Amino acid sequence: MSFKKKDLIGLKDLIGLKDLSKDEILFILETAEKFKEIGKRDVKKVPTLKGRTVVNLFFEPSTRTRTSFEIAAKRLSADTINFSASSSSTSKGETLIDTIRNIESMSADIFVVRHAFSGSAKFIAENTRTKIINAGDGTNEHPTQALLDLMTIKEHKKTFENLNVSIIGDITHSRVARSNIWAMKKLGINLKLFGPKTMLPVNTDPFGCDVCTNIEEALENTDVIMMLRIQMERQSKTLLPSVKEYAKLFGLNRKKMQMAKKDAIIMHPGPINRGVELASDAADSPKSVILNQVENGVAVRMAVLYLLGIHNGG
Amino acid sequence: MDLLLKGGTIINHDEEAVSDILIKEGKISKIAKNINTGSKTETIDCTNLIITPGLIDMHVHFRDPGLEYKEDIFSGCDAAAAGGVTTCFPMANTKPVNDNAFLTLYMIDKAKNYGKTDIFPVGAITKGMKGEELAEMGEMKQAGALAFSDDGLPIVSSEVMRRGLEYASGIGAFIITHSEDLSLVGDGVINEGEISTITGLKGIPSEAEEIMISRDILLSKLTGAHIHIAHVSTKGSVDLIRRAKDKGLNVTCEAAPHHFTFTDEELLNYDTNYKMNPPLRGKEDVEYIKSALKDGTIDIIATDHAPHHPDEKFVEFDKAPNGIIGLQTLVPLTFKLIDDGIIGLKEFVKLTSYKPAKIAGLTDRGEIKEGKIADITIIDTDKTYLYDDKLNKSKAKNSPLLGASLQAIALYTIKRGRIVHKN
Repeated sequence: MSFKKKDLIGLKDLIGLKDLSKDEILFILETAEKFKEIGKRDVKKVPTLKGRTVVNLFFEPSTRTRTSFEIAAKRLSADTINFSASSSSTSKGETLIDTIRNIESMSADIFVVRHAFSGSAKFIAENTRTKIINAGDGTNEHPTQALLDLMTIKEHKKTFENLNVSIIGDITHSRVARSNIWAMKKLGINLKLFGPKTMLPVNTDPFGCDVCTNIEEALENTDVIMMLRIQMERQSKTLLPSVKEYAKLFGLNRKKMQMAKKDAIIMHPGPINRGVELASDAADSPKSVILNQVENGVAVRMAVLYLLGIHNGG
Repeated sequence: MDLLLKGGTIINHDEEAVSDILIKEGKISKIAKNINTGSKTETIDCTNLIITPGLIDMHVHFRDPGLEYKEDIFSGCDAAAAGGVTTCFPMANTKPVNDNAFLTLYMIDKAKNYGKTDIFPVGAITKGMKGEELAEMGEMKQAGALAFSDDGLPIVSSEVMRRGLEYASGIGAFIITHSEDLSLVGDGVINEGEISTITGLKGIPSEAEEIMISRDILLSKLTGAHIHIAHVSTKGSVDLIRRAKDKGLNVTCEAAPHHFTFTDEELLNYDTNYKMNPPLRGKEDVEYIKSALKDGTIDIIATDHAPHHPDEKFVEFDKAPNGIIGLQTLVPLTFKLIDDGIIGLKEFVKLTSYKPAKIAGLTDRGEIKEGKIADITIIDTDKTYLYDDKLNKSKAKNSPLLGASLQAIALYTIKRGRIVHKN
């Protein structure tokens, strides 16, 4: 085994799960499991990253991912600063890398980056000494989301090998789907993808997954159903006739759940569009582990911040 | 001043032979074995070197006037001369757009005074390249333009394109098309296929190019006008053009070196130097372009030399402008095709000078023959060298090959009998 735990401690960046090995992914999950306990304490704070500065650089609006990272950093005693594009100089014509170097000069230790364009997290990482955690770049990757998804799956299903997972929704424009696909393939999960044809890549070969043609096929014999958020604000009218039709053909409700395995779980990266991709009777059912995902998000982000931050300057 | 080229292998489109060339008053005066002129004549020993007609690049962007921070006519001509190119066709997407005789003349005069490269500015088909009203093509033709194009933008209206073709053919000029269905391109930034699936970069399907090429071929059929299709990048485009040619339609086309050298796999690293339009395509397309160069379906090689300032490429991938500089990599990349056994030396000449001259109606060049102007490129096919900042004569640096080791170089570039570059 070429993987050494040491290699991950002090890792420069976390850009995507495409770049990590199975063992590295499992190690991050194990680390996250240890950190989860801290959130259950009365005093939810450890001194691990005391004196370190974590800057949330959000060039695209986000509330929950940013909040999750902020809580994670604070639980590790890091100082956190939020920088968002709306209030930033990017609208004043400053280039991305100039912005990055300015904040780097204030001696930040870790940047948590969200950006609207694919490849931007890598671009930033290549041009700064500061460590980078990708919190979503365009339609490329959102590694911590996939890690928290995997952590949740592991809690409920114990193992990844030969588990049947279905990802349903807008695959083409989903960084959550991409990160999950890369990781799940490495972990031996059987993956099925389903969504409107307008939201599936023309060429799905690199994913190496089964692409389903109807919801029955997608749900049959499935252990985990991952519903993606339909970005109503982002989709042009050429991709979907209506959300009503989407709910009917591609959405999940309690009745359709019966097609999956009896103990199947429902996941969603949030925020949910109730009545669109998820009916309330599915979202609120005991099979739904959505809030569990959110809880694990903090633990996963603590683990990643710890792994990147711990060797930075001592 | 006379110039004698001794002992080189002269390559024409139809024959190759070892011979001497005597140049007098800017023209090729004599081609024969063992020409003796006495010791006073400046002589270049061309033993083991290849002598080709000066290369003609029918597709460059010199950014002058208006965008001189990217390139200007001087630096563009420097890069051309350093790359063995003696005739260039700069596109009209300058600032302001070259849609009038005044600007056409400005460009020609600036290059003429500099003396390294002849330029035949490609005038805009429509005013301001807006795709609405025809530009004054007749006046631009009188000023020296041979071809017209709104390159960089397709003419969306089929009616306007039809009238442009009719009008241009009526005045003895031809149209270079930038064929692209913009609605299908959308926000796409790379080829749609495996690599867009992997990278999350938005895809541009091959069909965006092919649909518009189909339309443009049909409009050529309707009008009988000669269209020259720029930067063909897909297998489907080649098939469409082959069918049009088989039917005897007045269609020619070009391919750019980057489209027969790189595949879209280069985009896995999100390197903006590989961002161009049309985008780099898949392996199958690249192989098909090569075979179409071999069988003559693709008539010529043109670089689409597209300089940009380094700051402009040093941004998020989606924000970066399209293009790659190509004048100084034309020879090495095309000689790679020869090395790989895809084309021969005669095809090289056909693709880079003979056919371009024919298409543009330039009867005084494109061949090494007595009486032609002495536009000559002397190539060392074996020389390997580092293509670095010192060698690069363009103002721009947007080539992924900068810093790479290349083989084959234009050792001397001769313009009307004068050595304008020596590598």
